[in-house]
Amino acid sequence: MADRYPGYDVLSKRWTESWNETTRQVIDRRLSVPRQARFFSAAEWRTLSAVCDRIMPQPKDRPPVPLPAYVDQKIAAGLLDGYRYAQMPPQGEAWQRGLAALDRAAQDAHGGRFHVLPPDQQDGLLRRMQQGELTGEAWGGMPCKLFFERRVIPDITQAYYTHPVAWNEIGFGGPASPRGYVRMGLDRRDPWEAAEANTGERAHARRKNNRVG
Amino acid sequence: MSADPFAAPPAANGRAPDVFKRGGWVPMRQYGEDEAVDFAVVGTGAGGGPLICGLAEGGFSVVGFDAGPYFRPLEDFASDEREQDKLYWTDERVVDGANPITMGGKNSGKAVGGSTVHFAMVSLRFRPEWFKSRSALGYGADWPLNWREMWQYYTKAEKALSISGPLSYPWGPKRPRYPYRAHELNGAAELLARGAEAMGLKWTPTQLATVSAPHRKSPPCVYRGFCRFGCSTNAKQSQLVTFIPRALQAGAEIRDLAMVGRIEIGPDGRATGVHYHREGRWRFQKARNVAVAGYAIETPRLLLASATDKFPDGLANSSGLVGKNLMTQSNQAVFGTMAQEVRWNKGPPSLSITEHWNYDDGKDFAGGYCWMAQGPLPVEWVTIQTSSRGLWGQALRDEMEKYNHQVGLKMVGEMLPDECNRVTLADQKDQYGLRVARVTYSWGDNDKALIQHALGQMQTSLEAVGATNIFRQEDDTNHLAGTARMGDDPATRW
Repeated sequence: MADRYPGYDVLSKRWTESWNETTRQVIDRRLSVPRQARFFSAAEWRTLSAVCDRIMPQPKDRPPVPLPAYVDQKIAAGLLDGYRYAQMPPQGEAWQRGLAALDRAAQDAHGGRFHVLPPDQQDGLLRRMQQGELTGEAWGGMPCKLFFERRVIPDITQAYYTHPVAWNEIGFGGPASPRGYVRMGLDRRDPWEAAEANTGERAHARRKNNRVG
Repeated sequence: MSADPFAAPPAANGRAPDVFKRGGWVPMRQYGEDEAVDFAVVGTGAGGGPLICGLAEGGFSVVGFDAGPYFRPLEDFASDEREQDKLYWTDERVVDGANPITMGGKNSGKAVGGSTVHFAMVSLRFRPEWFKSRSALGYGADWPLNWREMWQYYTKAEKALSISGPLSYPWGPKRPRYPYRAHELNGAAELLARGAEAMGLKWTPTQLATVSAPHRKSPPCVYRGFCRFGCSTNAKQSQLVTFIPRALQAGAEIRDLAMVGRIEIGPDGRATGVHYHREGRWRFQKARNVAVAGYAIETPRLLLASATDKFPDGLANSSGLVGKNLMTQSNQAVFGTMAQEVRWNKGPPSLSITEHWNYDDGKDFAGGYCWMAQGPLPVEWVTIQTSSRGLWGQALRDEMEKYNHQVGLKMVGEMLPDECNRVTLADQKDQYGLRVARVTYSWGDNDKALIQHALGQMQTSLEAVGATNIFRQEDDTNHLAGTARMGDDPATRW
């Protein structure tokens, strides 16, 4: 269902008891992430952006969550996962090698770099990566399936769901400190939670969502 | 936000952060490096915290070392999944084996208070038979401890942490009442209860280390649901807000941002102190005794890295067992969608539980498990959706929109010890110049059988409450144990 929580904007709670000062600063920093690459080259950035668009396609009627910027920032800031598969290089190297290998696979299969291909061909290549079917020297021994599962998917999709726009889409309450929740049981909603639009109740839900802040 | 607790160690100059007050301080005794303290304790988590406190209250001089920062939760903790990655041990570790363990936030803390700062607060007791599982049940190994002795410690710990729990517990020998009342159930916990009752299984509100009424300076839990990302109100009874402040009052010193890299051994074969990295350089603290309480990865890593000519295989390792028998717990889950709004993120994530001990009902595997209600926040939830179902693109977006209708049951199951599951030292070095841990893990046939049994039971329970679109999270583990094994016999123990 598109727009399941009409009018809900988690940012409207910014100055309520649901957000403390520390949280406001953290979210401000996240929303103001620099949109240009610090780690990736221009060519890598184009491929990465195209991958992000397919892994997490976004509506055209709003500014996109800057996913390539978050992937870049994680590497540039040296934020690690706490583990590395023995067959995988460090995260920055894995991304560089994986993006280059994806471009090579795109050239081999379709005669153009990944970012110039139509979406269905891009999806086809990503599916082959997911299935472990892309091989060749460009991968340098890194299993493409592991690259997909442990770098591409988590780095992009997790970044998306750290963003308030994504919280709005799924009706997540967002930050809750110091105020938590009071109405705990099934089918109960606190007034500062997103209201879902059920059939015929969109206007009602919108009114409620306009009052969460 | 106050001064960055990562920038310079706040615990210095005769004071340590007051965890109950923004910008506040409490006095802290400090010991000179050339003054041999009675005890250097490496790690300030679930093991180190009470040990440091007990030693200090017993009149010993003690310094507790932690590689992580000293937070004041009220001002340092954001209400945010990603920001709170700062609580975890995210330094590199190499993982391999047939079932590599996902390290980091799932199982490793790096902060004063250790993993108790982010743990989900579930405070279970071992069942008596588990202490002698080899003799009594025919699997695993016997502990060199009597269950009654351990149960007395459980009672003390439950009192010290004001554990909230049910008046009577449905399984095992009689235990005292929990000190504080059980927390109310959220929607996800109600659904566990309904499913269990439909299957004829017992269930109970989970015993949790977050207070349901005020306790000292901790206010009651307000059901924020960010428990695994640090409690910003101090309702959670982590070591950071319980035993560590008590330890300071009793004269212990906490050294934060202090990574111990090697234990020094004297000519007589006894420890003489610890080499540790703090404020950009290596230092040495003299100590008459060294206790290592670094959890199942860092403890063997330090013992192995402290090898000398006299102890070429590492300290306390004449048995060759240090680093071996690493154990984790199976943490698979079943998820589904409800017609109702569940809003499972409200409150602690595991508010109800059903235990399955499986010893006398003819199962074809050893060991037991429990399952608990679930309430993952969006980042964890998308990780489950992608890793379990391989979803991405529009299909993923469509599934994520059902967030407020999701319900889930997650097991915590026994995995059996195996010497091949182990911690060794890799050649790669970390930011301190220390060799990183290599963590090797493969599930055994018994582990797989237990997991499949639990998944089937959890699925039946979800079907019984009318969940649809049910799927299984087949690959997840949580919690660590092993690698520094206890024994009955001093001759073979070390």
